[in-house]
Amino acid sequence: MMLVERYQPAMLRVAMMYVSTRAVAEDVVQDTWVGVLKGLDGFEGRSSLRTWIFRILVNTAKTRGQREARSIPFSSVWTADPDAEPSVDPSRFLPPGHPASGHWAEPPAGWESTPEERLLSKETLAEVSRAIDALPPNQREVIRMRDVLGWPSADVRNALDISETNQRVLLHRARAKVRRALEGYLGSERERNA
Amino acid sequence: MNCIQLVDLVTDYLEGSMPADQRARFEEHVAGCDGCTTYLEQFRITIRLSGMLSEEQIATDARESLLSVFRDWRTTA
Repeated sequence: MMLVERYQPAMLRVAMMYVSTRAVAEDVVQDTWVGVLKGLDGFEGRSSLRTWIFRILVNTAKTRGQREARSIPFSSVWTADPDAEPSVDPSRFLPPGHPASGHWAEPPAGWESTPEERLLSKETLAEVSRAIDALPPNQREVIRMRDVLGWPSADVRNALDISETNQRVLLHRARAKVRRALEGYLGSERERNA
Repeated sequence: MNCIQLVDLVTDYLEGSMPADQRARFEEHVAGCDGCTTYLEQFRITIRLSGMLSEEQIATDARESLLSVFRDWRTTA
């Protein structure tokens, strides 16, 4: 019972990442506990009990989420292609052949001129939320666990069963895209107000 | 290290997963480059803003994406 009480809130938060309603998330958590009880005999203690429970939870929630939204395929491919997706559009750097090749041609405009209350406003947060929502599923789940829920890297790696490098690549791409969305949003707003 | 290389390494830097010599080159570059100083600062703000999203917002996203699937399905059906 204590175990259930201790993990329930965190499990619900994670389940909510994959399914549409709290009721379904509660179902997922319940199914997870059933899975945990059934599998307990086979649990070899190679990972901590907590890690093992969250791995079952993520798999249960993914399956359920897929069934809910059949036309959104969850990517089953975890290996990130290191050559794809530069953090910043390459056209913003000086081209090869230029004496300062690879340096900013069009550096980012700082956000210091954006007032703090604007930067932290509901509208800006909604933009962040939209940007995260638009990410590929594997990048989205990593940034939600790490930056939104504030989980340490090891917990995310264990729950998703991915390598440290892979997690870092996915997290970096996700953050780079959210930053880019914010740059576009705050920049266009500055122009409107100018 | 130049700017186009540095922007791909920011999470490695923030995670503390860089070898010491690379870390030194990263910091040396940032110290002398306004564009990369701004980029690093924006990355930190982005992380902070993500941390301010509420759980309700995550839930709403999932609900909205499901609703849009239904909308698409109805218009194409």
